[in-house]
Amino acid sequence: MEATCHRFGAASARALADEQLQQALRHLRGNFVVRRAQAAARLPEFDSLRDAARAIKDEALEHLDLYLERFAAKVEESGGIVHWCSDAAEARAVILDICRGLGARTVTKGKSMVSEEIGLNDHLAAHGIEPIETDLGEYIIQLRGETPSHLIAPAIHVTRAQVADAFRAAHTDLDPARSLDEPATLLAEARDRLRQRFLAADVGITGANFLVAETGSTVIVTNEGNGDLTQTLPKAHIVLAGIEKVVPTLEDVATILRVLARSATGQEMSVYTTLSTGPRRAGDRDGPAAFHVVLLDNGRVRMLGSEFREALRCIRCGACLNGCPVYQAIGGHAYGWVYGGPIGAVLSPAFLGLAAAPDLPQASSLCGRCEDVCPVRIPLPRLLRRWREVAFAARIGAGRSRVVTRAWVWLARRPRLYRLLTGLAARLLGFAGRREGAFRFLPFASGWTATRDFPAPEGRTFHSRWQQRERP
Amino acid sequence: MQPVSPRVGLFVTCLVDLMRPSVGFAAVKLLERAGCRVEVPVGQVCCGQPAYNAGDRAGAAAIARDIVRAFEGFDYVVAPSGSCAGMIKLHYAALLGEDSEYGPRAAALAGRTFELTQFLVDVRGQAGMGGHWPAKATYHDSCSCLRELRVKDQPRRLLAGVEGLTLLELPEAEACCGFGGAFAVKYPQISDHIVAAKTAAIASTGAELLLAADLGCLLNIAGKLRRDGRAIEVRHVAEVLAGMSDSPAIGEGTD
Amino acid sequence: MTGARETMLAEIRRALGRESSGPAATAVASRLAAHPAGPVPARARGTRVELLDRFGLMVEASAASIAKIASPTEVPRAVAAFLARHNLPAALRLAPDPALTSLPWAGTPTLSISSGPARPDDVVALTPAFAGVAETGTLVMVSDPATPTLLNFLPDTHIVLMRGHQVVGSFEEVLARLRDRYGEGTLPRTVGFITGPSRSGDIEQILQMGAHGPRRLHVLLLDDEAPQA
Repeated sequence: MEATCHRFGAASARALADEQLQQALRHLRGNFVVRRAQAAARLPEFDSLRDAARAIKDEALEHLDLYLERFAAKVEESGGIVHWCSDAAEARAVILDICRGLGARTVTKGKSMVSEEIGLNDHLAAHGIEPIETDLGEYIIQLRGETPSHLIAPAIHVTRAQVADAFRAAHTDLDPARSLDEPATLLAEARDRLRQRFLAADVGITGANFLVAETGSTVIVTNEGNGDLTQTLPKAHIVLAGIEKVVPTLEDVATILRVLARSATGQEMSVYTTLSTGPRRAGDRDGPAAFHVVLLDNGRVRMLGSEFREALRCIRCGACLNGCPVYQAIGGHAYGWVYGGPIGAVLSPAFLGLAAAPDLPQASSLCGRCEDVCPVRIPLPRLLRRWREVAFAARIGAGRSRVVTRAWVWLARRPRLYRLLTGLAARLLGFAGRREGAFRFLPFASGWTATRDFPAPEGRTFHSRWQQRERP
Repeated sequence: MQPVSPRVGLFVTCLVDLMRPSVGFAAVKLLERAGCRVEVPVGQVCCGQPAYNAGDRAGAAAIARDIVRAFEGFDYVVAPSGSCAGMIKLHYAALLGEDSEYGPRAAALAGRTFELTQFLVDVRGQAGMGGHWPAKATYHDSCSCLRELRVKDQPRRLLAGVEGLTLLELPEAEACCGFGGAFAVKYPQISDHIVAAKTAAIASTGAELLLAADLGCLLNIAGKLRRDGRAIEVRHVAEVLAGMSDSPAIGEGTD
Repeated sequence: MTGARETMLAEIRRALGRESSGPAATAVASRLAAHPAGPVPARARGTRVELLDRFGLMVEASAASIAKIASPTEVPRAVAAFLARHNLPAALRLAPDPALTSLPWAGTPTLSISSGPARPDDVVALTPAFAGVAETGTLVMVSDPATPTLLNFLPDTHIVLMRGHQVVGSFEEVLARLRDRYGEGTLPRTVGFITGPSRSGDIEQILQMGAHGPRRLHVLLLDDEAPQA
């Protein structure tokens, strides 16, 4: 997927002014955020499960090579084929190759953020193979030619009227005068359409929530069941997954599952959690004849060896997005790439380079809610701050901010001079603002005063009054 | 074992010093009422958080060492700010961890540093500070108090002891106000959007008074309330607990 | 593709600051062999009666329905009644499991029965289960010549015959049963954990049933007085 993170300023301004998007985002606060809190409150063991989930992910990452080796061996033992891809181009080539080898014309897809990362759909289409997104949200944005704006609710920014328009434009064989006002009718139409595509598909591609080393199983988690139809009906099932998805055992999957759906949507369990191990067995009456797992690095190994390793614990639940005041204000597209919200602000610079996404780690109040809700306790504020340190040292991003910071530090280390200058400024501003109590405009804070007053200082500073032994 | 009359170093904070000294004097009053002897070491300007959050680790560490030195020898260090107390308590260790001389001193300082309401309740065991302030108030939890210091209960307990004060719970009290220090100036539109949600929530409570423990949040919220023409008074929680009703509220003039 | 594999593994080891597999390999092998469980919630524990009750409650909480029957011979009538109640066609696709096909379907001649893998036009399917999980009301299904996977997904309505002794408290107990049946480190093609009917909230965050999988999920719980689990 093409990255536009460098256009964050314009993209976020556009998002703030988009009333339709704002309506959808307002709903998020009462919806996912509240339900997650309720689900967590209903399970007394929730926090200890988060600790356990973190430990599992840390163990998997600490021994990633060994678990991947075991995983691959088990996949092969069960009749599957493993492909090790160092970057997006390799992964695209491998998948295209498999599809071409099978004479595939259409390919159904379960939801996969990694496939967005490598630009798979465009690549297949360019080579005459039609990819069909089957997750309803992904299907909607595919019709609209858009990218997902949320980790688990990709069409969160789209209204029902817009869905209806997209269906009318795409499903041209249906009666154009049909009513598409109700969500139920839209769902029925999508179900019907996609059922035809499921049945006709030559290859099914899914992502994986987990890769289980113990058994060589891949795990998908959906509410719709689209992943299951995608991976069971066609001749071949291809799993595309980042290497960080590996966990040691089935018990580890159970532990993480207990925090995944609760963190994502507030459900106790998603409707369908399916473990796939190899292709169909002799005697099976359905299932794919071929099973491929495409393991993708694409920058993950570099992250593993960096100070950002903890971000690889991410299980893609979306809780940090839902709770983030910045994401709630601007939505996912403004982040400019596949991953939005706090995790996106850490991952995008890691994958693309900080110079390609300089605003993302800066555009945060560091409120800490992300870390509070993360089921695997990723220290997101610390990682954001770490990116800011990298930016400061490498002079990436606005220079003015660095100048101001250095000046502040210089002055703050000289208390006497500091008090002289600020004493003066406080008295002046205090005097200027004492009748109104606040300024409607301040030249050095014009962004603030565009929409907010700036309270005036009381006048004399605390230190000057304390020194004079003045006490109220 | 606590000293009967502990020697407390007041960490004024740069915002209180510059913008609203009343908060500092209120803090002194409350600490004295709680039986402490208060001093204000001159070597302090800033806790270093602006530099730290800007990614200037070296600058923040230099300031941290200044503060460690300035506050050596006090039984406790108290700040009328969750943000500054959090910086000292949680982040100085990360900044100076590798420093063989200052690392242990910073750790010691962290152990003796508290946010004001946290200190009064958890350390001095105050059930209330007395006082009289008839008003319908609501309370915003700053992110640093909530998430860094786990302070939520303490200010509410102290406010419960203020005669005539009714505390109405703020919907989404735990949501950020959008200040975030430099964030409000670097990304003003996003910050404004966030504070607008906060002020709408405050207005929805019907409260006439908004309180919090962090002046950064208060300046931000007051600025937005005023621009939107909402007649809601904004004060630091210390002012109400100390009964300092003489000074105008934040953003309020003499008019 | 050995080149790519070895390169990636070597790079991972370099990133982790580890020369070779070494002692880490032993620790990893032990962990895999021991497969320790994490914290198991209190709600996954209880007496047999408590767990069966909880299972029923959680199934209903997941927007599925559940009915108790006392003996296998009641299945055909229970199914026919369910279909009639919901105005569904009296046509049933059975999983080709002798436990199902051998039931007394002749007693409900209005029901047209066939068995085998799922077909696109099948509207209602009846399948057995491998297990049920009380902590979340989850049904566990495995792929097998007798239980083709698509019966759980293609039809509009999915009815599951669950036996009392199949219901356990926690996921971990299901894993133990899977290992009992399939051995260590191996699983069939599909192990499905199903909690309620298919749904989507993708249109304006409004939750709707029947996205791609079954719109309706019904559990027949046959409490067959089996020995204590």
